Amino acid sequence: MTDRRPNRAPETGSFFQRDPLWHPPAFAPGYKSTVLRSPRKAPISLDNTISEITGPVFGHSMLGDLDDDMIHNFAKPGESAIGPRIIVYGRVLDERGKGVAGALVEVWQANAGGRYRHKRDGYLAALDPNFGGCGRTITDEDGNYAFRTIQPGAYPWPNGPNEWRPQHIHFSIFGHGFAQRLITQMYFEGDPLIWKCPIVRTIPDKAAIDGLIALLDMNATIPMDARAYKFDIVLRGRRSTMFENRLEGN
Amino acid sequence: MTQSLSHLKESASQTAGPYVHIGLTPNFADIKGVYPADLGTAMVDEKTKGERITVTGRIFDGSGTPIRDALVEIWQADAAGLYNSPSETRGSADLHFTGWGRAPTDMETGYYRFETIKPGRVPFRDGRLMAPHVTFWIAARGINLALSTRMYFGDEEKANAEDPVLARIEHRNRVPSLIATREGSTFTFDIYLQGDKETVFFDI
Ligand SMILES: [Fe+3]
Repeated sequence: MTDRRPNRAPETGSFFQRDPLWHPPAFAPGYKSTVLRSPRKAPISLDNTISEITGPVFGHSMLGDLDDDMIHNFAKPGESAIGPRIIVYGRVLDERGKGVAGALVEVWQANAGGRYRHKRDGYLAALDPNFGGCGRTITDEDGNYAFRTIQPGAYPWPNGPNEWRPQHIHFSIFGHGFAQRLITQMYFEGDPLIWKCPIVRTIPDKAAIDGLIALLDMNATIPMDARAYKFDIVLRGRRSTMFENRLEGN
Repeated sequence: MTQSLSHLKESASQTAGPYVHIGLTPNFADIKGVYPADLGTAMVDEKTKGERITVTGRIFDGSGTPIRDALVEIWQADAAGLYNSPSETRGSADLHFTGWGRAPTDMETGYYRFETIKPGRVPFRDGRLMAPHVTFWIAARGINLALSTRMYFGDEEKANAEDPVLARIEHRNRVPSLIATREGSTFTFDIYLQGDKETVFFDI
């Protein structure tokens, strides 16, 4: 964690305010688990202090060779995970359109049959002995990332008697400040389950949902090997200085 | 037509779901051999400066049941009040302290636990010192946008009394929800998502 992003002066500005009409509200009863887990009192607004604008750094040196290859990182030698082979790639940007260098991107997902390798997942679809379901990578100087995986299956969940999650990959992103921390999910272009999903529909704004749907990119496909999906992630932007009364440095 | 500010919009948050540990603490979730260790489990080493403490507690839902599928991350200054971050411009933090921890809540008991050190004080925006505190970030199934709060220390009554963030809380009877109780070297910080004891969460 002591690596430093080269060639870039650290930024110390506070982050742009989050848009509460864009993110899902805490209480969204269509997704039943929110009912008892949503704070009901108004959050206290807190202008970013140094505790929010700072954050840890993760160096490329902590990554193993197969961390970004979920087809192989849990597989026995010479074997590979079952399912449609895909590449997921894109950029981590901030709201100013700047690439976020050195961002830690961690992903997890179900296998091609829609089953998670987790003792609490009782779905009858088979486990794939060669698929673990976790991967990670760190963005390059321009904010680019990529990983290889299999396309996850849709799966049923007990929110309603016949509710199915669309195919998705969970994403956790660590940018440059602790207040930029974000967890979200990537969906796949054309999946009809997206628009029926109560978790997707916690998001009030259709444009915000569209922003979570990855597109098939035939130009990034590896012929005879893997299709490619492009998924850009946007983190909060930041002001140019920590304190508004100091305008130098703009 | 006016010009456009051309700012992008932040990607919308989605719940971490019930299987967040597969991705963020896979060894804890029994997925072995992919990463050598789960990130954020070791905040200190034998050379870390400062008073060793344990921070632990549970997260209760609106029925009073401890949540057993949450993920907690913390971020704090070192013993001298410096953050181990490139955005820390006041000096160089203790290289033997990461400042960042990640822990699951126990699948049976619901307790999270961090082995860390007591942080020093860091300045508020106007230069006044804040009381020692630890920033918390909580993700779980049923939480659509991860929750942000702060833990303050029960043995820092004087510093807490002059803390500019605690001072901002209008309903004074809610301030104790942010203050961990000390027993020996262990600070217990329970978090209540709803109800009379609902923890103060921050819109940061
Ligand atoms: Fe899922």
